[in-house]
Amino acid sequence: MLAAAGVVAGGLALSGCTVPSFGASPGDTTSSRSVFHLWQGFSIGALIIGGLVVALIVWAVVRYRRHGERIPDQHQYHIPLEMTYTIVPILIVLGLFAATMVVENKEVANPRTNVRIDVNAFQWGWKFTYPGSNAVVVGQTTQAPTMVMPVDTNVHINLTSSDVVHGFYVKAFNFSRYALPGVLNQFTLRAVATGTFFGQCTQLCGLYHSLMWFNVKVVTPSQYTAWLASFHGSAAATAAAAAAAAVRQQTSSLVPTKLATTTGTH
Amino acid sequence: MVDVLERPATLAEPPHEAHGPTGLLKWLTTTDHKVIGLSYTVTAVIMMVIGGALAEIIRAQLASPNGTLVSLAQFNELFTMHGSVMIYLFAGPFAFGALANIIVPIQIGAPDMAFPRLNALSYWLYLTGAITMLSGFFTAGGAANFGWVGYAPLSNSLNTPGAGADLWIGGLLLTGFSAIFTGVNLVATIFYLRAPGMTMFRMPIFTWNLLVTAILILLAFPVLTAGLIMLYADRHFGTHIFSVAGGGVPVLWQHIFWFWGHPEVYILALPFFGMVTEIIAVFSRKPVFGYKGMVFATISIAALSLGVWAHHMFTTGVVLLPFFSMMSLLIAVPTGIKIFNWIGTMWRGEIWFSTAMLMALGFLVTFLIGGLTGIYLASPPLDFFTHDTYFVVAHFHSVVMALVLAGMAGLYYWGPKFTGYLLNETIGKVQFWFLFVGTQVFTLPLYLLGLRGMPRRMAVYPHDPQWQFLNDLSSVGAILIGVSTLLFVANLVVSWKRYPAGDNPWDGQTLEWFTTSPPPHHNFYRLPPIRSERPTWDHNHPDHRALPHGHRVEAPE
Ligand code: HEM
Ligand SMILES: [Cu+2]
Ligand SMILES: [Cu+2]
Repeated sequence: MLAAAGVVAGGLALSGCTVPSFGASPGDTTSSRSVFHLWQGFSIGALIIGGLVVALIVWAVVRYRRHGERIPDQHQYHIPLEMTYTIVPILIVLGLFAATMVVENKEVANPRTNVRIDVNAFQWGWKFTYPGSNAVVVGQTTQAPTMVMPVDTNVHINLTSSDVVHGFYVKAFNFSRYALPGVLNQFTLRAVATGTFFGQCTQLCGLYHSLMWFNVKVVTPSQYTAWLASFHGSAAATAAAAAAAAVRQQTSSLVPTKLATTTGTH
Repeated sequence: MVDVLERPATLAEPPHEAHGPTGLLKWLTTTDHKVIGLSYTVTAVIMMVIGGALAEIIRAQLASPNGTLVSLAQFNELFTMHGSVMIYLFAGPFAFGALANIIVPIQIGAPDMAFPRLNALSYWLYLTGAITMLSGFFTAGGAANFGWVGYAPLSNSLNTPGAGADLWIGGLLLTGFSAIFTGVNLVATIFYLRAPGMTMFRMPIFTWNLLVTAILILLAFPVLTAGLIMLYADRHFGTHIFSVAGGGVPVLWQHIFWFWGHPEVYILALPFFGMVTEIIAVFSRKPVFGYKGMVFATISIAALSLGVWAHHMFTTGVVLLPFFSMMSLLIAVPTGIKIFNWIGTMWRGEIWFSTAMLMALGFLVTFLIGGLTGIYLASPPLDFFTHDTYFVVAHFHSVVMALVLAGMAGLYYWGPKFTGYLLNETIGKVQFWFLFVGTQVFTLPLYLLGLRGMPRRMAVYPHDPQWQFLNDLSSVGAILIGVSTLLFVANLVVSWKRYPAGDNPWDGQTLEWFTTSPPPHHNFYRLPPIRSERPTWDHNHPDHRALPHGHRVEAPE
């Protein structure tokens, strides 16, 4: 049974695309794809076990409905059967755990990286800083600041919070992590496709939690270098000014304009 | 072994009824566990209706991406109070305060709880706590709005200055003490007040589950109490236990909260598991299949539940993932044993589809969905993916709605015992279908919504209007559930003193079905001999005792 679970999990890792998605999607990072395969493996297991249990219930309900006043046999124990449905689930659980560990170890590994982004969450926005360059992107609520990162590159994220707990969540990455005050959370993202992906705070953080948006823009490495360079020297000042102006214009009708000034501490 | 079975456990004649006060005064001063239990039941059901009403407003707000029914601030209050009312004021007190209070002493042949006055205190603390927590709505700043988990530092006095938050803490402290006292009472009652012959392994499963629940309460609730006092001190006495600025650790709150919070999941669930176990056995006309396995499964669920709290904190990045993952996955094993034992109980039985049995079956299917999706969440990579999205909301609503179905089963099954009157079965069955179908229509879309990236606790979702369809579907389910609640209330009105129940309307198996409905002041005029966990059944069907251990007989077809 353990072997069977292993085979299912392993087989899935190889043939992910022919298996149904069970509502999830492969996503756009290397990890998100392994997570997706794990998801498929769990779903197959859940459907088999759930299907079996439902079939048993339906059978019992249909077959053993009351007909008269007959009193059925009063059997109460069946040790071999009980042992079976204790031991088999333990083996299944071990299989699920093994599959989990394979994916988890990949996901939380900290490979060597040469791109680093410091992500700071605050009520109610995000600040993306690129150490070693002048690049800083900051915005709040529906301004949805954009985190730019290169494709096919290990990107090291340092996640912090300036006030309460926030959640850094990008649906396309099948991944989330808390931004905790007083804690430096680190993880690695490796995007496999370019594009712009929506991100959002997932941990309740107060009034504008529903609107604490951001975007992740995955670009080619050369575009990325060019983007970083645009912040250099005098360009930096102009870019920052332009960004600030844009920020002021974008302020959504959903957010009272005074909000734009009240979080100025960040 | 000493043969205690022959000891006369009967009174020569019915005892004199106590000549206490009647009416309102009786209700205010009573220490009778049945009256207290009834007060608990009524109060908890009212809380369920309040919590449900709050949920309906939430669902109405979410029916469109830019809902304007309530403001962002009000929305935070709504889901916070919905979750808090449902967990702290409905599910818990209903599980271990309402039916437990009424049924456990009778099931073990006791005249009352071990500490009747403490029992009364529990109820009054609970009622006071409930009123305290709800009164937050009437303060200037509104009710608590930091989620039912009150994560620090959002819950500190800087981020949430209002009185609503303090009332939430105060109300929770009071209901926490109420739970602890009930825990003490149940443990003492079950250990010391069992009738002659009622050995531990002859206790009905419902009583067993409440014993284990009570022990879990005693282990977990004091931790919550301590945490709440720390939170209050941080808010008002200048301590910095949970604030970075003063050298404190915000995540500590999460550890404390979930060290209580996960056992709490089982404190809520085990009593309902117990109800369903009894109901399935009675309506299948069989003994509980794998009785001992059931007891051991309950004990191992409780033991494991003390070591899994950090599965709520996988995405904090500061907990040991493999340990908490393995422990959490393992809980599936004893839970699976229970499910198979329930099916084993029905197997080759003669199933009577009363409302109570239908509700129990509804529980079984709904709980299966909630349990299976819980296994996903025990896997950290899958939890990173779904944490704080609607997938989690869907998962725990499958579970809690299963508990609501089980609670309804309990009310239809035991209600006649303590009121003396049956509920209308036809309305009951219609109510069942509304509740069961409504639950699935309400929860299943939420799973997909979570997978499509909708986070929980969103007052608006303008950037992805595609989420609207699933939200609307879910709201339809919520309406069906609302209708089922109204049908239940209607049933109470229609059936009021209409269908006398008699002592044993369901051919029940355990001691409570041996006494009158409602039971007399100290519960029993006489007791049958107790030679198994089904004394009433053995008495009524002497030729159909349970078959001995391991014995198998092919059913005559
Ligand atoms: C009428 C049936 C119910 C409906 C329609 C309903 C609906 C909802 C909705 C829409 C949310 C908010 C999700 C969000 O904004 O993130 C929610 C949250 C919640 N519900 Fe329910 N619910 C129902 C029954 C229950 C029951 C019976 C319980 C517990 C016994 C419960 C416990 C909770 C909890 C703990 C939360 C989380 C609150 C938070 O995020 O702080 N609900 N429910
Ligand atoms: Cu947030
Ligand atoms: Cu838990």
